[in-house]
Amino acid sequence: MSSYHLDHLQYLETEAIHVLREVAAEFERPALLFSGGKDSICLLRLAEKAFRPSEIPMPLLNVDTGHHFPELNQFRDRRAWQLGAKLVVRKVEDAIAKGIAVPTPGEVSRNRLQIPTLLAAMEEFRFDCAIGGARRDEEKSRAKERFFSFRDGFGQWDPKNQRPEIWNLYNGRVNPGEHMRVFPLSNWTELDIWEYVKREKLEVPSIYFSHTRKCVRRNGQWLPVTDLLPLKPSDQVKELVVRVRTIGDIISTGMVESRADSVDDIIAEVAAARVTERGSRADDKASEAAMEDRKKAGYF
Amino acid sequence: MPAHAHHPVEILRFNTCGSVDDGKSTLIGRLLYDSKNLMEDQLEALERSADITGGGAINLANLTDGLRAEREQGITIDVAYRYFATPRRKFIVADTPGHVQYTRNMVTGASSANLSIVLVDARNGVIEQSRRHTYLAALLGIPHLVIAVNKMDLVEWSEERFLEIRDEIEDFLPRLDVFKDVKFIPISALNGDNVVERSKHTPWYEGPTLLGHLETVHIASDWNLSAFRLPVQWVNRPNNPRDPAWHDFRGLSGQIAGGIVKVGQKVMVLPSGMKSSVKEIWTYDGSPHEAFCPQSVTLVLEHDLDISRGDTIVGHFLKHTTQTVQAIVTDIENRINIATFDPEPEPDELAVNDIGEIRLRSSRPLIFDGYAANRLTGSFILIEQGTNFTVAAGMLNPPTELVKPEYNDFAI
Repeated sequence: MSSYHLDHLQYLETEAIHVLREVAAEFERPALLFSGGKDSICLLRLAEKAFRPSEIPMPLLNVDTGHHFPELNQFRDRRAWQLGAKLVVRKVEDAIAKGIAVPTPGEVSRNRLQIPTLLAAMEEFRFDCAIGGARRDEEKSRAKERFFSFRDGFGQWDPKNQRPEIWNLYNGRVNPGEHMRVFPLSNWTELDIWEYVKREKLEVPSIYFSHTRKCVRRNGQWLPVTDLLPLKPSDQVKELVVRVRTIGDIISTGMVESRADSVDDIIAEVAAARVTERGSRADDKASEAAMEDRKKAGYF
Repeated sequence: MPAHAHHPVEILRFNTCGSVDDGKSTLIGRLLYDSKNLMEDQLEALERSADITGGGAINLANLTDGLRAEREQGITIDVAYRYFATPRRKFIVADTPGHVQYTRNMVTGASSANLSIVLVDARNGVIEQSRRHTYLAALLGIPHLVIAVNKMDLVEWSEERFLEIRDEIEDFLPRLDVFKDVKFIPISALNGDNVVERSKHTPWYEGPTLLGHLETVHIASDWNLSAFRLPVQWVNRPNNPRDPAWHDFRGLSGQIAGGIVKVGQKVMVLPSGMKSSVKEIWTYDGSPHEAFCPQSVTLVLEHDLDISRGDTIVGHFLKHTTQTVQAIVTDIENRINIATFDPEPEPDELAVNDIGEIRLRSSRPLIFDGYAANRLTGSFILIEQGTNFTVAAGMLNPPTELVKPEYNDFAI
């Protein structure tokens, strides 16, 4: 007899598909944020599952900081092409040139500058909804966020006044200028993502797998040596066998020493991990409320 | 049986509720810590904040109180979700606020739960918030209830005190009478007694630890598999498909809200009453012979009927399953007094966090079930026009017997 029973991945999948279809049905101009990272790769597969045999009824959007891993951008472009999806890329560099994003003197990181770039892209295309691959297990202010996360006319999140979200009824109504961020993967964990990559046989960028790379020690992390990271005389460069666990900008993403060179190895590694995924992201370590502060300003 | 063959891992969703300072967040911290689901950098962050503000003692509540305002005030404002796993199950935990003014956030966290843990402070016993949260758990139709009598260390692990509290709750439980099972567990969240590890202080308690119960409570029957319901979310019609085979494809996409559907099965479309049968159950992974609640599927029917997602705009909006319609509240029948559970007839209004019975009129017919029969097709929210705030959430009483499909019809 067949069992009328969903395992955990099937449960998370059916929930995410429901959310994606609500977006397609309730918003006029949604966009799906696709970076080429593992979470957005899963998101894209879920969109295929929600909408096939129709085309995915929304363009893909990516904010390019100019500090991306090149492997990531190549993967992003190829995947969008394979799916026949429209890909919109907006660059932080262009936003700086236009005065939309203004770096403070000495600011090297492009992390904060993604915010105005994204908001400008939302305005340019009059997107009323942006679907993202954020997960609640990533960070504790994300743990507070709804599936449908309302943003006011300035793109701001108000964590003290979130809409109730009861049963599977999502209130997606926004007025002109306001928008919604929607997170179908809210209930997924890092391990769920990798198990789904395995089950769906999804391709991921090569930097997730173990490789040899020159790294330098900064603030307790191994950062990749690139032209964007000027070396100091005191720096000791080491060639290590590493992989990325989470992908941010190339100047702030800590490489983890790892021999995991298959999805199975990664699953075993993540299951046994004793630090969280974002433990290797310098941008989150600034303070206990670093993510909350950025999100209030419109960060993803 | 090979070592890797095992029962598929299920997900259990639960929430913790109870009054402020009953130790909800501490309990979740303890569950994560003792089940080795707490990571080193999270512990480091806790220790950092302990050094700064806590005089050195780790505050497990800081794990879930993720907002600045929450840490400043030492309270939970909004629901926080946490995830942990044991070899037997995966858990989605909603840590829900205890303050009365944040009841809507508590309901947000509880509405999708299989199980509710109501914490009761052993010193204070059953107070209004314990009654409110137990009542809300019952009202929301959460199938499984745990009353965790916390801070047992502060009442010298007194069995007598534990039984007193149990009796007091058992006195009013029959009036709520919806839970499939209710468990009373004496714990100390702060010290970890009977949370993951059995306590040596409670030789008189023979039941499971809290985690032991969460791992084994029967949840496979929590989904409704009795009468097929598919609220149509989205009509799937490929425009200019790359594969011409899809040119005439017309599918009805949605998440099954109840029951099982099979290819060839007769179905009825409501509110029109038109009949057809299922030609194909379309999914990305192929076309199965049957599908069941809560799967997300796309149905292709034998006949090309006029079916669409409902939509109307003006007045109060009422969102029910996948349609949003205009609705007005025609009558407020009563307001429930949480202290006595007695309905107080004909109040002037229902204010924030009040609970009561109302009558509604909608601009379009609602195809619904009673909430007790089906949580997904028996629930709705009211959205205020203009602000788009969600101002109320409701459960529908069973429909009257006016419409009764004559034979074993199934509704889409």
